[in-house]
Amino acid sequence: MFKRKDLLGIQELSREEICFILDTAESFKEVLTRPIKKVPTLRGKTVINLFHEPSTRTRVSFEIAGKRLSADTINISPSASSLTKGESLKDMAKTLEAMNPDIIVIRHPIPGAPHFLAQKAKFAVINAGDGAHEHPTQALLDLLTIREHKGKIEGLKVAIVGDIIHSRVARSDIFALVKMGAAVKVVGPPTLIPPLIEKLGVVVEYNLERGIADCDVIILLRIQLERQNRLFFPSIREYSRLYGLTLAKLSKAQKDVLIMHPGPINRGIEIDPQVADAPFSLILDQVTNGLAVRMALLYLILGGES
Amino acid sequence: MEKEWRTIMTKEDIQSALRKMSRQILAEHSHLNDVALVGIRSKGVELARRLSMIIQELSGALLPIGAIDVTLYRDDIGGSSCKPVLKKTEINFPVTNKDIVLVDDVLYTGRTIRAALDALIDLGRPKTIKLAVLVDRGHRELPICANYIGLTVDTSQDESVKVTLEEAGEEDGVFILPHPEETRW
Repeated sequence: MFKRKDLLGIQELSREEICFILDTAESFKEVLTRPIKKVPTLRGKTVINLFHEPSTRTRVSFEIAGKRLSADTINISPSASSLTKGESLKDMAKTLEAMNPDIIVIRHPIPGAPHFLAQKAKFAVINAGDGAHEHPTQALLDLLTIREHKGKIEGLKVAIVGDIIHSRVARSDIFALVKMGAAVKVVGPPTLIPPLIEKLGVVVEYNLERGIADCDVIILLRIQLERQNRLFFPSIREYSRLYGLTLAKLSKAQKDVLIMHPGPINRGIEIDPQVADAPFSLILDQVTNGLAVRMALLYLILGGES
Repeated sequence: MEKEWRTIMTKEDIQSALRKMSRQILAEHSHLNDVALVGIRSKGVELARRLSMIIQELSGALLPIGAIDVTLYRDDIGGSSCKPVLKKTEINFPVTNKDIVLVDDVLYTGRTIRAALDALIDLGRPKTIKLAVLVDRGHRELPICANYIGLTVDTSQDESVKVTLEEAGEEDGVFILPHPEETRW
């Protein structure tokens, strides 16, 4: 069962809670195939999407999820919010609280911002990405996608490839996969892998071919081009040659390997178009499952509130 | 079985009640091609399956069976502390222009049926919807009544009615328990 007020990260969830969320999400997938995709469950509830960083898929996914459950969803983006006018997070929490929303979905560049908001406010908080810390709904939709295609998660070998150090997706995925009993490898150039990451229960590999050998699932991460002025590697071209996933490099992995990517993808950099568009690429399944996971979370957090 | 449970239907009673209901359903529907059974999760689905088997035996017609989960249509979501487990709705036929027979185990307040009607109508426009229940225990809170009833029984609101079925690994039977239902559904 799921009895939390907020969803702040994967780290604090138990394996049972994760399984329960995934089972609920699976039931919601059926709702998405109906002719009328809207159910009256959260009628009268208000969901505010507060996104302090650019985002399309996560914000739209939460917005559609809320609307499909008949909640009223409102989006606040940085340019339109008073944050650009210098309001502190604490004052913003109080202002929002005065409007009496039921749940705030927040994305913020500062790690821990959702936790701070959750402590200060009565409304429920879902973390939609806080800095390089966590992105729990992404990890849950990744788990759902893997479980759907492999029938299980325990015992699978999963490689997470690319910019581990800046990636909240990597961190949430590691917490989630390790908790569910998968063997996780992180693969990338040394400059993009944080020191001591082994403590999270993963194996580090700097060579892509070796990293993906025998893997059942490969999760590619986006190279954050906006950070490349800080010179984590000599050039995009070199990164692409060494770590870009092509069909040729993929021949080293399992025959039934699955490719995932949280998006948006940089075609030709971390992922070759032939790989991105291959039938074993689950990038679009992930988007659909994201909707089901977010509907499940809104339902679980708001549905049973007294 | 615990002592305070009072048996109101035995395995044989359930069987003959379902046969009676099947005959009534057959008598009221001349176009069996358009008839479909939809069970409300979870016991309604098992009962719909049994009705379908008896109807096939009596008439030779194999009626399609669907399963409906009404959780997302409940009117007490957000009001009670219980968080019902969501299951899938599985109706693999178009409901539009069908004569639907909704099947549930116990009819009580009528709220489950209201939710099921809303859920069903969101899937299309059935020609008719009728209701079959194994037990009608009274105490309706909405203007809803069943078309096919296995057994009508007088109960107090301090009691609950429990149906046990072989499909769930128990013995067939219907009992009255001396404590109120956990939820008024």
